[in-house]
Amino acid sequence: MSGPKLSFDQPNRYIGQPVPRADAQRLLMGRGRFVDDMQAPRMVHAAFLRSPVAHGRIVSLDVAAARRMPGVVAVITGADLVGVVEPYVGVLSHLAGLRSAPQMPMAVGRVRWQGEPVAMVLAQSRAEAEDAVAEIHLDLEDLPAATDMERALDPDAPVIHPEFGSNLAWTRTVNVGDVDAALKGQDITIVEREFRFGRHTGVTLEARATLVEYDPAEDQLTVLYSGQAPHMMQFIFAKHFGMLEENVRVISQDVGGSFGIKIHTYGDEIAAAAAARMLGRPVKFVADRFESFMTDIHARDHAVRGRMAVGRAGHIVALDFDDVTGIGPYSMYPRTSAIEANQVLNLTGAPYVVPNYRATSKVVFQNKTLMCQYRAVGHPIAMAICDGLLEEAAAAIGMDPVEIRRRNLMRDDSYPRTSASGMKLDDLSHQKALEKLVEMMDYARLRENQARLRQQGIHRGIGFVSMVEVTNPSPMFYGIGGAPIASQDGATVRLDAGGGVHVSSSVTEQGQGTNAILQQIVAGVLGVDIARVKVTTGDTRTTPYGGGTWASRGAGIGGEAALLAAQALKEQVLDVAAVILQTQADKLDVADGSVVDAGGGAARMTLSDLARTVYYRGNELPSDMKPELVATRHYRVTDMPFVFTNGAMAAEVEVDVETGFVRVVNFWAVEDCGRVINPRLVDEQVRGGVVQGIGGALYEECLYSEDGQLLTTTMADYLVPMAAEMPDIHVAHIETPTKTSILGAKGAGEAGTGGAPAAVMNAVNDALRPLGASIFQMPMTPARVLAALGRAGH
Amino acid sequence: MPETRDITLTVNGETVTATVPVRLNLVDFLRNSLGLTGSHVGCEHGVCGACTLDVDGATTRGCLMLAVQADGCTITTVEGLPAHGMAGALRAAFTERNALQCGFCTPGMLASALEYIGAGGAADRTAIREHLSGNYCRCTGYQSIVDAVCDVIEGRARA
Amino acid sequence: MKAADFAYRRPADLAGALAILSAEEGDIAPLAGGQSLMPMMNFRIAQPTMLLDLADVAELRGVTAGPDGLRIGAMTRYVQLAADPLVTQGAPLIGLALPHIAHAAIRNRGTIGGSVALADPAAEMPALLLAMAARIELVSLSGRRVVAADDFFLGLYETARAPDELVAAIHIPADASRRRVGFYELARRHGDYAMAGVALTAGGATGQPLASPRIAFFGLSDRAVRATGAEAALKDAQPAGDTLGAAVDSLSALPINGDLHAPPDVKLKLAGVVLRRALAGM
Repeated sequence: MSGPKLSFDQPNRYIGQPVPRADAQRLLMGRGRFVDDMQAPRMVHAAFLRSPVAHGRIVSLDVAAARRMPGVVAVITGADLVGVVEPYVGVLSHLAGLRSAPQMPMAVGRVRWQGEPVAMVLAQSRAEAEDAVAEIHLDLEDLPAATDMERALDPDAPVIHPEFGSNLAWTRTVNVGDVDAALKGQDITIVEREFRFGRHTGVTLEARATLVEYDPAEDQLTVLYSGQAPHMMQFIFAKHFGMLEENVRVISQDVGGSFGIKIHTYGDEIAAAAAARMLGRPVKFVADRFESFMTDIHARDHAVRGRMAVGRAGHIVALDFDDVTGIGPYSMYPRTSAIEANQVLNLTGAPYVVPNYRATSKVVFQNKTLMCQYRAVGHPIAMAICDGLLEEAAAAIGMDPVEIRRRNLMRDDSYPRTSASGMKLDDLSHQKALEKLVEMMDYARLRENQARLRQQGIHRGIGFVSMVEVTNPSPMFYGIGGAPIASQDGATVRLDAGGGVHVSSSVTEQGQGTNAILQQIVAGVLGVDIARVKVTTGDTRTTPYGGGTWASRGAGIGGEAALLAAQALKEQVLDVAAVILQTQADKLDVADGSVVDAGGGAARMTLSDLARTVYYRGNELPSDMKPELVATRHYRVTDMPFVFTNGAMAAEVEVDVETGFVRVVNFWAVEDCGRVINPRLVDEQVRGGVVQGIGGALYEECLYSEDGQLLTTTMADYLVPMAAEMPDIHVAHIETPTKTSILGAKGAGEAGTGGAPAAVMNAVNDALRPLGASIFQMPMTPARVLAALGRAGH
Repeated sequence: MPETRDITLTVNGETVTATVPVRLNLVDFLRNSLGLTGSHVGCEHGVCGACTLDVDGATTRGCLMLAVQADGCTITTVEGLPAHGMAGALRAAFTERNALQCGFCTPGMLASALEYIGAGGAADRTAIREHLSGNYCRCTGYQSIVDAVCDVIEGRARA
Repeated sequence: MKAADFAYRRPADLAGALAILSAEEGDIAPLAGGQSLMPMMNFRIAQPTMLLDLADVAELRGVTAGPDGLRIGAMTRYVQLAADPLVTQGAPLIGLALPHIAHAAIRNRGTIGGSVALADPAAEMPALLLAMAARIELVSLSGRRVVAADDFFLGLYETARAPDELVAAIHIPADASRRRVGFYELARRHGDYAMAGVALTAGGATGQPLASPRIAFFGLSDRAVRATGAEAALKDAQPAGDTLGAAVDSLSALPINGDLHAPPDVKLKLAGVVLRRALAGM
């Protein structure tokens, strides 16, 4: 561990400054470059026939009439791709026992979820492609469907993959200490609750989209891809098309939101690419909103029975839960669908001292849309279980929810240490974050206000969460298990003749400001004006190799790589300058785009002069000096499996007990993501995350009929948070830099989404408690809140 | 053969004449026929607001209007917003407040915000939130967008 | 998705429009503001064979006031209703409800006639018309007829309009300008279709007993529905105490359907809440 060794507050040091994003103006002028903005000569449009049922056998599939429709270039079925696309299986070796069946991009023989692609029409326009889809004749024999995850393991449940003998995909138990003994202890209070978490999906405003070109002359596949992980997709296309990886180029330009939705292998996208190869002409596929709801990965569908025992002084004695989650008929490729459950096991209780911890998760197959990793994977569930039980326990022993946290949160001076589940923890600040939160929200006054309003029949509640977030993952997350997912990232920093600097990085931009923070870091390290730094991301041909965007790693890993590369370039610059200026490199520095005398001295030569000397007049340099003025560095986290962040959040809600409507009145978040590179970007990441979390807590749910028909297929049915119902969100920071890097930055992208649901749920229960009601099911819809009140006799 | 119609309209100050299939909606026409890809398609059922643009001085969902219905209309898309004045100030405020992340909602958000500001709307956060309630943003949490609109109304933002 | 193909006609006047309606075969969809029709067409839920664009039909536009009340042309947009003092004074219930209807960009194009003709059970406008005792003017080649709102909304997207008729105008009775009005809806998000909503009008001065109340709910049933039981309970009474309780209790006789987000019992409960709250605002 190198520890912080840079000063971040010198001229041109942009780290920590609220620098506006360079990308913003372009997007504000309507000059974004999203996939569907692109056209290619001879491009055809794909539309899909999808399974109308959750489970069925394809009796016949007749595409002859569709082929005759106007504008149709080709119709391709699942069977047509056998031998063209190698099937894929979503398992990883470090998730011992995880099993899944081979998947093809489009169904072959059997359909296993409503929405599964069955056949694809390629036509001159999307409208014509859809016209032809309507002319495909699909005859299905309905098969019994296993849709309810809680019944999917019943002996009489239909088994989706008969070769497995049951619908169990994976199970794991964590058992630390002796829970059974602890639960028999003296003077303890046990609370037991049943939690339910509804299925969510990402609802990226830009739907999944791809435009694929194939050049048979060079066996070259070029994929414009609205996604997060270009190198991962390069591997997948190459492997499953039997191509050389270098012949596959994946480009992500502007991406209209991702949130973990756009980092998976979707059959329709693979099929579109296969069609481009088969037809030798460009194919565009843009999911419509129906398709997004039906086929983007879902997440969060968990049912948990949990209990917590606390001693008289409020100390946690034991935490124990059983979790079941349904993931659809396959484990998603290549990240697998067991990670979410694994995160729940790993993260529950992680902020607290939990001496006895036992948790089991069962991951089951079912005939619904596939579930996989979505923003804050597993976190909202883990935080709601522990902090939900903790606040119930506090109420049971008559202790304030802040006080019980003070007594159980790990002490800020107690690191490094491990969590109950064995996670390595360091550089966290739970206690400080909680105190800052309490101060920021003026807790005592809020409680007074709550009591006063209650006299008037207004039911407000205040709820908290103390949380961790997994960020900056090491190879222990995926790579160890055999996934083609890089945990390291690279940056190349180049000084050009004009004095401008170019950064090329393998982390990617979906609006979170990756490009901006790379500029800030590189400009700061090199000592140049930020406007002179240009950034390229999202192109497997022109950037270093890396993982892209996932698990809140862009700043912490991609940023560190850029920092290291900029440092290396600066060393080269100073070496050259020392020769030209006939001095020693350590007597020089760079500031404002010029080589200067170290210690704030006079400008000696501009970087442009230096670069022009190197590039045009190498004759002026000694013959043994071969400067490159370009440096590449890669970085991975080596000392920890993940770099955890922590946060403390609170929600104030008002429950309309007549209608069951819940309004979030106030929300506060204190976040410790280590070094804050750009507070403006971090604050908006936190706020956007909180709103997504509020969505999960109150509004969003993929609803199904019993036979597996998705009912929420429009934005009028699946309720995302809109502006009018959302509160202003107060954000504050604590900066405890991680010792794993020079930069000291951890991730910040998922905290709000991971923490807010627990805080909102606790706040609702705080409001309901005097009425004798409680609710542990998300989203907490009016109908469910009314039902909770009804059970309490109101 | 699909039915087509000839239409003539003014788009961002230019007169445009085109032959369009009658089933083509306005936002697809602007994006795919005119190359004005600033207006985005998010849901095609009028809920998300990404395709919101200005038709004859009123915000309109580009997915809920046919191109053929726009015959004779005057249309302003995000590409046609002036660099100066209220639009310029709003862009500056969006940049300053980081009122956009991925930028996909931004053109529609600008159109709705400009309608509010142009109608003399007050720097009332609740009223602004209600006016923008037909424009979905998954990234920002909306607060910075409201901040930016307030900045323009209260004269803090300059083009 | 993209709309399935259709034929498109844009007649210059009413006679032209009615001629097409009566002469052409197939499923002809009159196109007013399109804010409900277009989403259904974009998802191919609706696949009319012909769109009859009424944009140029001057006879369907404009608001006029006469001794019998208002005549609001079917093609009057929501935004025009909100801005027109004839409407906000002659039909204050509409003014009260308009901010709750959808969003600004939708109100800029959506029309009163389109909403009435579609008869979405969750839409506000049919209930407003029921509460005001409005009448719907229908026109066809065979002439004009005027149908009371009570007789117009027949079921799910089903109205008394014959296929060869157009909704020409909405007539608001003169007393609508003088009657007390109440409106309340519960929508999860601003501008959403309501989980339950109510519109009502009554005679009598503020604070006085409710004279001849008219109460209409939306979002509960397969159409906007009059709550005649509640009207009877509240007639010539103060909306309080046992009277109000009886009015709320009477709602259990309404034909209430559940939907994705609320089963019938929840809808019934919410109906009682919106009724109480709407009355409290009068």
